[in-house]
Amino acid sequence: MRAQFPLLSRRVHAQPLVYLDNGATAQKPQRVIDAIESYYRERNANIHRGAHHLSQEATTAYEAARETVRAHLNAAHAHEMLFTSGTTAAINTVASAWGGANLNAGDEVIVSTMEHHSNIVPWQLVAEQRGASVKELRISRGGELRMEELDAMLSERVKMVALTHVSNVLGTVNPARDIIERAHAHGALVLLDGAQAAPHLRIDVRALDVDFYAFSGHKVFGPTGVGVLYGKEKLLDAMPPYQGGGEMIERVTFARTTFAALPHKFEAGTPNIVGGIGLGVALDWLAQLDAEALAAHEKDLLDYATAKLNAIDGVTIFGEAAHKACVLSFLLAGTHPFDVGAILDQLGIAVRTGHHCAQPLMEFYDTPGMVRASFALYNNRADVDALVAGVERAASMLV
Amino acid sequence: MNIDQIQDSIIEEFELFEQWFDKYEYLIDLGKNLPVIDDAYKTDDNLIRGCQSRVWLHAEMNNGTVQFTADSDAVITRGIIALLIRVLAGQKPGDIANAQLYFIDAIGLREHLSSTRANGLVSMVNTLQSIGRDFSRAH
Repeated sequence: MRAQFPLLSRRVHAQPLVYLDNGATAQKPQRVIDAIESYYRERNANIHRGAHHLSQEATTAYEAARETVRAHLNAAHAHEMLFTSGTTAAINTVASAWGGANLNAGDEVIVSTMEHHSNIVPWQLVAEQRGASVKELRISRGGELRMEELDAMLSERVKMVALTHVSNVLGTVNPARDIIERAHAHGALVLLDGAQAAPHLRIDVRALDVDFYAFSGHKVFGPTGVGVLYGKEKLLDAMPPYQGGGEMIERVTFARTTFAALPHKFEAGTPNIVGGIGLGVALDWLAQLDAEALAAHEKDLLDYATAKLNAIDGVTIFGEAAHKACVLSFLLAGTHPFDVGAILDQLGIAVRTGHHCAQPLMEFYDTPGMVRASFALYNNRADVDALVAGVERAASMLV
Repeated sequence: MNIDQIQDSIIEEFELFEQWFDKYEYLIDLGKNLPVIDDAYKTDDNLIRGCQSRVWLHAEMNNGTVQFTADSDAVITRGIIALLIRVLAGQKPGDIANAQLYFIDAIGLREHLSSTRANGLVSMVNTLQSIGRDFSRAH
């Protein structure tokens, strides 16, 4: 497995790299790197418009990638898969286009304490414009949604429940199916931010019956600058376009412009063609792996790392959900997360420190930041051992 | 010593360290020993903007030279501000404003900081030098 990821064999500060920042971005398998290179060497052309052969090839490859994404999410139609620049753009599309058309004065959007800023701020922006409000679904100390409070919050005013599927800090896997059932029972739509779920879980948008699902390519071993917004056909059809430009129109006159059909209505301008194709290759690569074995491997890593880190004096781990992805955020008593991160970096261990774009969550735990080790399928117990030795060394220097 | 003499002696000291770990140990020691800023000065107005960890800096004139006290909630950051203060404290405001802080690159400090911390370092240097400018205008 590791041999397929060329970057993992490099050294940092003269030490073998231990890459534990997969929640920020994952490394790329050779197959994805090859696909990107071969696209620029052999296929580069603009799509959906050229009468020439190259354009046709590029278009076919891009649309094949859309079909791969559809299959990966088990959606009904490929045209329900909108390519975006990432999760942030996907959520902004829904907040702006759907929210702009459907939110009215007095309406409510529910988000939770554990959201990434990109699933808070777009809703605040549209709520401000429309006179709607954004409500916080609170979490328990252990880092789970207070589902009993969700029932109390759901009313006819709530038009959208926008929640993360997996927390980028706590690793909590939220009970998506249950949330969606409860929201739908009150007539609210559900958007799931799948940025952290897509690398760890198999997602079935039809089984979930989710209305919108967003994720990023670069966290699922694909290229940066590409992501996906899934939306149910009838919702996307009814939504006004988000951005205007080329590719997204049917006919333009100064009197009136009509828009192209899905998915093109939401894909103005030349898209990230190589990104879409690379994402398709990444998802194909992921699909041929044994999902159950990977889940078991990640569970083993999580349990092993949790036990080892907990055994270090002064370490507190945040996020104790029963169902948790392979993410460990922690603090070392008497130290600042930046200092721990700096020492780990000198040891060649890449972790993230800071507020993780989740300031409301940091406020909830009353800390300016945390150290986060986030694992991917190519990490192993040796990586955990290196992390643990690094944290012990940081403790000896800092405390 | 003037600013450049102090910079040169810091560069000499850092040449003794073989590994970056030793330099970090030194920064951590500096940080732990930085004279604590008076709590009255740990105000939002004294926070340096652009740092991810909180850094407070207070400056006052004393017999024609500037005295600094500072603090941070991160100890390595405290070590970095302590190093900058060692170079600039007790100097005339005009000299502080015009100093070329070549020691930062000479000791490899910037390259061994994460990009967010390197940005914080730039913010600290800018703040210290703008205080020098303000005082030299005022006095």
